[in-house]
This record gives sequence, structure tokens and C-alpha cells, in this order.
Amino acid sequence: MNDDDLVFKALADPTRRFLLDQLLVRDGRTLTELESELEMTRFGVMKHLRVLEAAGLVVTRRSGREKLHFLNPVPIRLVHDRWIDKYTERRVKALTDLKHSLEEAQ
Amino acid sequence: MTNTTQTGQTSQTTVTVHRIYIKAPIQQVWDAITDPAWNSRYGYGAPSDYDLKPGGLYAVRSTPEMVGFGAPEVLIDGEVLESDPPTRLVQTWRAFFTPDTAAEGFTQLTWDLHEEQPGITRLTVTHDVTDAPNVAAATTNDANLHEGGGGWAWILSDLKTLLETGQSTQG
Repeated sequence: MNDDDLVFKALADPTRRFLLDQLLVRDGRTLTELESELEMTRFGVMKHLRVLEAAGLVVTRRSGREKLHFLNPVPIRLVHDRWIDKYTERRVKALTDLKHSLEEAQ
Repeated sequence: MTNTTQTGQTSQTTVTVHRIYIKAPIQQVWDAITDPAWNSRYGYGAPSDYDLKPGGLYAVRSTPEMVGFGAPEVLIDGEVLESDPPTRLVQTWRAFFTPDTAAEGFTQLTWDLHEEQPGITRLTVTHDVTDAPNVAAATTNDANLHEGGGGWAWILSDLKTLLETGQSTQG
């Protein structure tokens, strides 16, 4: 599997997207903290985190005795850059802005 | 990513981590970060000067185009804390992007380079943005990309493109 395959496979699962959402809200969490947000065994959460790590979407860092998990946005940036160049960026931004403002107006 | 300190959990340290794999030898990646002949060719295109010894100065000078838009002459400054070519560089980093980022003072930036296999380098940029929410926002947010640039993810993606293709996405 190439890097893109790993990223898409990792993002294809709702639990893994939920874990990334958790890290987006607050980065640098321990396994115990991430596990507390899910109805799942510790082992299950570990397995999902390993898939995210293999895809480069999660990077871990030791802090004393704790292993902290960080969201690494770079692989998503690379996927983005592959299909959206600097000229189309503006148009895409205009549409996503429109979507956000319409959704917030509801 | 920017709200760690507000929750009051775990620790008071706010850190962002950006990691990228680049198909280039480790020395070349090191040069692309530290040599102004290279580091002016991707991202914002502003040359970064490093005096690679503890206490050595670091300064990023705005390009004439950026000065034309009202950017200060020195866009970012700091000091080298640790330099171990080609694997590790620790420095302070203060951004004069806005009065808010300047007021937050010096943050700490660590570049870790690791030879994953010969010719493939893993670069990890760890930015300690404790008590610097405006710096954190400026370096993680790509929302204003169409207005001239983004954060670390955008810069590192451009660095990878330059080293792998010989040309930056900025043309």
C-alpha cells in the first residue's frame, strides 16, 4: 500500500475519524483519555491508533511516563495538494465558506 | 490544537507536531531547512539565516514583495539553542506576523530529522506554543492560504515538493 492508500484506509473508519476529531479539539492526549470517550476496549482503541499512526495521521511523543498522541495534519495536506492547486484553492475556499455560512444560518 | 491550556487537563504545555516523509537524503533536508539558498525556495520564500551554534542568531527577512504588503523587515527571529547536523535543531522562534504574535514572544521549535532508510528522511517539527495562542493559530491554520500562505503543514508539503521534484508549488 502506498502512503495515500494508508491515509484513505485510516480515514474510512468512523471510530478513527472520531479519534482524530478528539485530537483536533485537544491535542496531546493519552490512550486512557482517548479510550474514555469511546465505548470500546482499550485494545480496540490501541488497534485504531496504530492504523492512524501507520498512516502518519497520529504522531506519538513521550512526556515523562506518558505517551501522548498528536494529530499530524500533514498527510491530509498532501492529499489536498495532489488534487487542488493554488489556482483552484480560491474557488474551493469560496464554496466551503458558503457551506459554512449557510449551515450556521440554520 | 490550540486549546490545551484552557482545559486545564494533563499538563500546561501546548505542543503541535507536524511530521513528513521526504524522498531525499538527510543532509539535503537539513540544508533545505538551514541554508538560505534553499529555504528561500519554498513556503513563503523568505530567506532564513541561521548561525548554527548555541546562542547563534536566527532571522527570517521578508521578501521585497512582503515588505510591499506592509510586512516588517524581520518577519521571524530567534536563537539557536542546539544544533546537531543533520539530525536535530532546537531554536527559539518569535513571529512578527501581527502585533499579537509578536507580543507572545519566543516560542520553542524543534526540528528532528531521521534517516528512515537511505534516501528517505522523516522530518518532525515540534512547536511548543505554550501561552502563545496566536502563534499556534498562525502556524496550524491553512484557512487564509489564498491570501499568501499557510502553516507548518503547507510549508512542509512545499518543502517535500521542492526536494522531490526540484520545483516548489509556488513556481
